[in-house]
Amino acid sequence: MAEGLFKEGIVGGRLESAQYAENFSDLHPPLDNHEALVESDRCYFCYDAPCMTACPTSIDIPMFIRQISTGNPLGSAKTIFDQNILGGMCARVCPTETLCEEVCVREVAEGKPVQIGRLQRYATDVAMEQGKQFYSRAAPTGKKIAVVGAGPAGLAAAHRLARYGHEVTILEAREKAGGLNEYGIAAYKSTDDFAQAEVDYVTSIGGITIENGKALGRDYHLAELSASYDAVFLGLGLAGVNALRADGEDANGVSNAVDFISVLRQSSDLAGLPVGRRVVVIGGGMTAVDAAVQSKLLGAEEVTICYRRGQEHMNASAFEQDLAAANGVVIRHWLQPKQVVSDGGKVVGIELEYTAMKGDKLSGTGEIVRLAADQVFKAIGQSFEPSALNGSGASIAMEGGRIKVDAEGRTSLKKVWAGGDCIAGGDDLTVSAVAQGRDAAESINRALMS
Amino acid sequence: MADIRNNFVGIKSPNPFWLASAPPTDKAYNVIRAFKAGWGGVVWKTLGEEGPPVVNVNGPRYGAIWGADRRLLGLNNIELITDRDLQTNLREIKQVKMDWPDRAIVVSLMVPCIEEAWKAILPVVEETGADGIELNFGCPHGMSERGMGAAVGQVPEYIEMVVRWCKANTRMPVITKLTPNITDVRKPARAALAGGTDAVSLINTINSITGVDLDSFAPQPTIDGKGSHGGYCGPAVKPIAMNMVAEIARDPETAGLPISGIGGITTWRDAAEFMALGAGNVQVCTAAMTYGFKIVQEMIAGLENWMDEKGHRSLDDIVGRATPNVTDWQYLNLNYVAKAHIDQDACIKCGRCHIACEDTSHQAITSMLDGVRHFEVIEEECVGCNLCVNVCPVEGCITMEPLAVGAMDKRTGKPVSPNYANWTTHPNNPMAKVAAE
Repeated sequence: MAEGLFKEGIVGGRLESAQYAENFSDLHPPLDNHEALVESDRCYFCYDAPCMTACPTSIDIPMFIRQISTGNPLGSAKTIFDQNILGGMCARVCPTETLCEEVCVREVAEGKPVQIGRLQRYATDVAMEQGKQFYSRAAPTGKKIAVVGAGPAGLAAAHRLARYGHEVTILEAREKAGGLNEYGIAAYKSTDDFAQAEVDYVTSIGGITIENGKALGRDYHLAELSASYDAVFLGLGLAGVNALRADGEDANGVSNAVDFISVLRQSSDLAGLPVGRRVVVIGGGMTAVDAAVQSKLLGAEEVTICYRRGQEHMNASAFEQDLAAANGVVIRHWLQPKQVVSDGGKVVGIELEYTAMKGDKLSGTGEIVRLAADQVFKAIGQSFEPSALNGSGASIAMEGGRIKVDAEGRTSLKKVWAGGDCIAGGDDLTVSAVAQGRDAAESINRALMS
Repeated sequence: MADIRNNFVGIKSPNPFWLASAPPTDKAYNVIRAFKAGWGGVVWKTLGEEGPPVVNVNGPRYGAIWGADRRLLGLNNIELITDRDLQTNLREIKQVKMDWPDRAIVVSLMVPCIEEAWKAILPVVEETGADGIELNFGCPHGMSERGMGAAVGQVPEYIEMVVRWCKANTRMPVITKLTPNITDVRKPARAALAGGTDAVSLINTINSITGVDLDSFAPQPTIDGKGSHGGYCGPAVKPIAMNMVAEIARDPETAGLPISGIGGITTWRDAAEFMALGAGNVQVCTAAMTYGFKIVQEMIAGLENWMDEKGHRSLDDIVGRATPNVTDWQYLNLNYVAKAHIDQDACIKCGRCHIACEDTSHQAITSMLDGVRHFEVIEEECVGCNLCVNVCPVEGCITMEPLAVGAMDKRTGKPVSPNYANWTTHPNNPMAKVAAE
């Protein structure tokens, strides 16, 4: 047993060094050829397939699966990429259990859907490992387009625009492209630096330049982009993290779950990554689960997710909740944070109040429980930070704190489109961001070429 | 408890499951293992005449096609008759028969189409104590190019002639094995009967190429870049074989001629189906070559359980029971009307019935009802073709429901007639046999 397991405080090296690699290995190992053939044979090739309807990018799922079953994985990959150029990452991170696989007729029939996500990964892996490019650029149009943000929406938009022969410049605030694929997804969902491999694959079509370290509102303004480019696509992420609104949340040991995940993703030495002995994660979504499970995998002894509503209200899917439970994470419901307890400026625990629905309003019952904790992660949602846009001079219409767009992704500003997490009405899914980026690119192309 | 002991042209075996003449019955070692596993009998792999042994190719002898999860559906082979010395085979047959007196041992034979050759081999086989002989007039590859096997089986006159020689020169029962590589299987069966055969067995394997290597453009199995048609067998050939068995069983000229059924038999159910169509027993090869000899235990238990469940006491209760129900199309009742019915509780809404009917049949299944995905038969359009039943992935979800006499057929707007009426009397038939008055 590793000595670090029961050390108090936030420390690294809790596990034997070999354990880290095992803990952070691929959550769903790839299917081998025979497994893929057997699984693909389970697909019924449904008419007007429900899976296809459920996919935000409308991939022709029965067709790509049939192509796998006939020994044509490259054709299968093209079917996927035609609709979703980030099909490789979506195969890894999509909550398929609430999308395509939820409505698979075999899920309905026998509770065992065709493993669409893993088949999609199989086909896209074959193509990407061969570096097979299915698309070439149309003749240059001379049009220049700025894409703000190199996340899923921005990459999908850039690829589609480049195909049409436009010159695309992606301006990315962080050091690497990929957005949440690079910084925000649990490590065991994207192993072997897949996010960067995918960025390379997408941009190798040509005509796409990525400029890193360029933040909107800091290094340039929207009005400048509008002036010097033929069109602008905003694919910004959510920079704000909601506060706990609990006393003492500035104590040492309280941090944002997204920052923890980001640091973990960029870490080249997981053993050196500090984690608490007793970790409490406040929240009920995918980020809460990602932070909690990874804390456990780093060697935290006790990890508890506290969510202020019931199990049925959690944004984390049933699969994610099971994953947390299987890794020894305890999920507690109907608890809201009241006070972070600290000693000498360091977190030692958290006091939470039980909640209940009074009518349709959630309120505290007055009963308090105190959990020992040396690390607390905030995962109660992220928000769009509009300050980057405010410095832009022109006002852009907002809705519910995010950018308002029409069905084609057009904002209220001429020449400006938007997609991904920054737009109103989204569902914060990678696959939806890809669909929005792709569709906005189509709209931009129509506008520029008409 | 059902009695499944078999008496086939006087050859007794504890059950009706024999191993067909093929690689599994090429030598004592295999046959003893088969008997230990429970097989009722074997047809020893085909012996040729005395002389230098047959040679086989040294590359692949088998090709195959597969279904889901690489389940073997069809196998083909280009192996020839036994390539072991005749005396070795005879010695082993004699010993095994002595050691396993309750099991059937029939010896398959293939010698040149001259009477002397048959006269030479029959006494030495008889001397082994074997229960009977099976004339291999079926093998479609290799030997047929030398005037044997299917080359004989495709010429009814040769069949009759050779059977007659055999009957004249041995006291052993003669089973004539037929090739399916012929237009009308009743002709060789009639010829065998005319020659005096005690029984026929069928089918032998079907000429086939299992695949083409798309890199080398060579047929499979491939020997040094070339391929030759092999004999096709396994589950894929069962429907073809059953039809041929039924054709002989119901042919007035051969009715009553004992038949040993062969062709893709893999389970007790397959065996029961062959026997219902008129086979007195069955022979198995591919299933054993795929799974080993142990499968016979499933066949024995399955057949017994089914017979017990249905109250059939012996094989005589089931053999030929389906034969009278096999008829010509012209005698099918055109007044019988059935409509597809979809069990909505069982339906998983894959939509395959809809698209099959919509694209390729009669546009008789909905895909949407009041804006909701819903698959339902439109009786006004349904001709009762059964395609939806066949493509539905859920067993029992779609069924063909006969309309009761007097019920309205919504497609024709006419009530279902109580009378049987077939094509021979149909007004649209220019050849209709109108009643005398």
